[in-house]
Amino acid sequence: MFDEYTYSELGAIFAMQGFAGISLFSVLLLMALGLAIIFGQMGVINMAHGEFMAVGAYTTYLVSTLTESYAPAFMPYYFFIAIGAAFMIAALLGYLAELALIRHLYKRPLDTLLATWGLSLIMQQSFRSIFGAREVSPTLPDWLMGSYQPTDMIDIPLNGMFVLGLTTLVTLGVYYLLYRSRWGLRVRATTQNRVMSGAVGINTKKVDRYTFALGCGIAGIAGAAFTTIASTGPTTGTLYIVDTFMVVVFGGAASLLGTIISAFSIAQAQSILEFFISGSMAKVYTLLGLVVILMFRPEGLFASKIRR
Amino acid sequence: MSASTNTDFTLAIEDLTVSFDGFKAVDALTFYLEKNALHVVIGPNGAGKTTVLDLICGKTKSTSGSIRFLNQELTKMAEHDIVRAGVGRKFQTPSIYENLTVFENLEVSYPWGRGVFGSLLFKRSHTVREKIEEVASDIKLNDALHTEAGLLSHGQKQWLEIGMLLIQDPQLLMLDEPVAGMSVKERDQTAELLKRISKGRSVLVIEHDMHFVKQIAHKVTVLHQGKILAEGDMEKVQNDPKVIEVYLGH
Amino acid sequence: MNFVYERLMGGKSGLTGFLILAAFIVVVLPVTLDIFRLNLVGKYLTYAFAAVSLVLLWGYGGILSLGQGVFFGLGGYGMAMFLKLEASSPENTAIQSTPGIPDFMDWNQLTALPWFWEPFNSFTFTILAILILPAAFAYVIGAAMFKRRVGGVYFAIITQVVAVILTVLIVGQQGFIGGINGITDLRTLKGWDITSDTAKYLFYFLNCGLLLSVIVASRFILTSKFGSLLLAIRDKEDRVRFSGYDVSNFKIFIFCFAAMISAIGGAMFTLQVGFMSPSFVGIVPSIEMVIFAAVGGRMSLVGVVYGTLLINAGKTLFSESFPELWLFLMGGLFIAVVMFFPNGLAGLWKDYGYHLTDKLLAGRRWIRAYMSNMVNRKVGGGA
Repeated sequence: MFDEYTYSELGAIFAMQGFAGISLFSVLLLMALGLAIIFGQMGVINMAHGEFMAVGAYTTYLVSTLTESYAPAFMPYYFFIAIGAAFMIAALLGYLAELALIRHLYKRPLDTLLATWGLSLIMQQSFRSIFGAREVSPTLPDWLMGSYQPTDMIDIPLNGMFVLGLTTLVTLGVYYLLYRSRWGLRVRATTQNRVMSGAVGINTKKVDRYTFALGCGIAGIAGAAFTTIASTGPTTGTLYIVDTFMVVVFGGAASLLGTIISAFSIAQAQSILEFFISGSMAKVYTLLGLVVILMFRPEGLFASKIRR
Repeated sequence: MSASTNTDFTLAIEDLTVSFDGFKAVDALTFYLEKNALHVVIGPNGAGKTTVLDLICGKTKSTSGSIRFLNQELTKMAEHDIVRAGVGRKFQTPSIYENLTVFENLEVSYPWGRGVFGSLLFKRSHTVREKIEEVASDIKLNDALHTEAGLLSHGQKQWLEIGMLLIQDPQLLMLDEPVAGMSVKERDQTAELLKRISKGRSVLVIEHDMHFVKQIAHKVTVLHQGKILAEGDMEKVQNDPKVIEVYLGH
Repeated sequence: MNFVYERLMGGKSGLTGFLILAAFIVVVLPVTLDIFRLNLVGKYLTYAFAAVSLVLLWGYGGILSLGQGVFFGLGGYGMAMFLKLEASSPENTAIQSTPGIPDFMDWNQLTALPWFWEPFNSFTFTILAILILPAAFAYVIGAAMFKRRVGGVYFAIITQVVAVILTVLIVGQQGFIGGINGITDLRTLKGWDITSDTAKYLFYFLNCGLLLSVIVASRFILTSKFGSLLLAIRDKEDRVRFSGYDVSNFKIFIFCFAAMISAIGGAMFTLQVGFMSPSFVGIVPSIEMVIFAAVGGRMSLVGVVYGTLLINAGKTLFSESFPELWLFLMGGLFIAVVMFFPNGLAGLWKDYGYHLTDKLLAGRRWIRAYMSNMVNRKVGGGA
């Protein structure tokens, strides 16, 4: 498929699709970070994770609409408020979901999967009832539009750069929280030995609840980022959940670096393939490649050997 | 290498090492288990006792070294093939099928119909019933044959798991802390049981309870940091200054 | 006789449940429903094949497949391809630029039948393909996963990804397999009109017969040592492995068998509904099959049939009158079943229904005792 292009054309195509893939990478990584925390640390399969992303996206849309009607002068800055609100609301809903549902199912991973699927159906229908079946998008501030053109063949969209920056910040924040803070120590201790952690005075139930809320909150941020690249509908979340799971599984659930690399390779593979073949076949090949790799390395790319 | 020479031992472990990301849980271990012996391995927590059993039954793959069972190399064999060769292993926590009855637990462990189609066509013949009843009376569960295994007491569960191994008539029986959580009376009964079943086969036991070890052991090995610290009869081991040092701390 | 009673019917309670189900779907429903509704029930019952497969796989084996729609779809597409070729005879398709190939191929500028369609001209091949291809595909996935000890949630996710891949592939390949619209306009089977009422009745009863046979075959598996082993693997996989069994072979076998059953359901779907499309292959139908099994009772071969009927009847009812409520109800059902009724309808029946039959039996006994008393008294009075 490459022979019709010259080398410089190929280089430009790769660069451009690479930058286009960065937006996908950012959203996937943000989604996967949240899921990796929930799955990697707590062993919970959250099928409603995509819907928490949609919560973030709808929140952004809401903040944008409100700003537009009540404080139009504030439009250039609303997006930052929206990110915060997306995080808070998704985290709050996550907190409630853990309280009402997840905590009863910790020892039954397959049942959690089904229960959260049920939750996702309820959330989807709620979106449809509240926001309607049609897709919505917030009015983006002007500085997020347009693109930067270093050469006339390469076109780098600004929103992609912004989302990448946001993702970097969130990733660093997660790293700090999990590996450098006392709270992270408690989370990791609870993951490794729940009984012992309880015995040394860690409130494991509280740790679980906040971990789940944090994961959902990050999905909310992913939703805010998502609004810069596509419009949001009631079933937006379901489009991303499978890809996100693949990112997490491929990266080896408990490894932050693995998650980043895996999100990057999946997003780039998909984005670059998309230029040469149809989008759907690009997806087929990417997923097929992942399944095959996982057959050879079921523990993911970055899982370490442990004494069982 | 001595690893290739045939021996009279039931089990000959030579120069066995396993490391997890650089940490050597078992370190160049050499260990022989005689025929018809009841051999107990003791040692402080983290000494590598359970890892040794894992290595023998194939649950963990060794980094280097050899394990020969009746002169057959085990390190490259699949778990189920090791069992079929005659090695039975009881896990630390009673590992039985709680939703099946005692009878079904023993039936599932019966060494016929081990393939997919064999198990579909497996018939509960007279021989099978007789064998199950015989084993059940060995482990004192003949009155509870049709009780769901989840309802048994902790001690009975331990016995049931031993019974599930006995029905396969293994040449080597490995028991990981068989009396943990048992009452004194149950311990004594278990000791009796072990003495009875060690006739005609080798038994390898991991245990913490010294009183129990004294009751049953023909020979004791003390493991520490993946290596053998001392070996011999209980008397000798108990008076070994290195062993006292390890157990009583510094 | 004993073999039939114990092994194929599952003893007294199994036999009663089986006979009641058989009477319900073979006698009660056809007598009470018109052909339109009965055809609808027939469609629901094709999903029951997948639900039964999930009893074996998930209820007993603890292997949650979120990709049963894949096998259902393969079976359905197999049948659809055969019927489509019959419908695309050169006479029927004379107006196309290339007569003799399916209409969607013509619309997509294909000028010859793709090679993988050729064998579906043969009915024998089609039947064999429906039975064997999905099972073979399951074997490939199963061998790759189970031999490498991939299980639990990982297996669930991978099967889901397979469902996504297949759907995207079908949707993307419009010219070869009909795309998002699926394979439609299927009218005849060997020249016989499959849309007639007679055909619909016939397919309905054929479907019932196949479903009941599948239940009997599954019962045979579950009452064998294989069945005990399946439960044992679900609960203590390591213990089974260290009792000398190659656990992966058992999982592969049951996965293949489950695939084959689901595929039969898919083929019957195509025959009764007259088309097949990717919307019966992907994530959503696959997970709906899981909820049919969960609601009916994941441990009950008979219960899941009722679960399937109930949910689908509910879906039809609600999406006609309150479409927005249906997803709420469905979502709530998922949560409720998992949290409060893990054994579904069958579990409820076991907990409460038995009392009902006990009471009825007690009532009958009481009446019998009363009657015989009366008789005795009369006899006594006469003497």
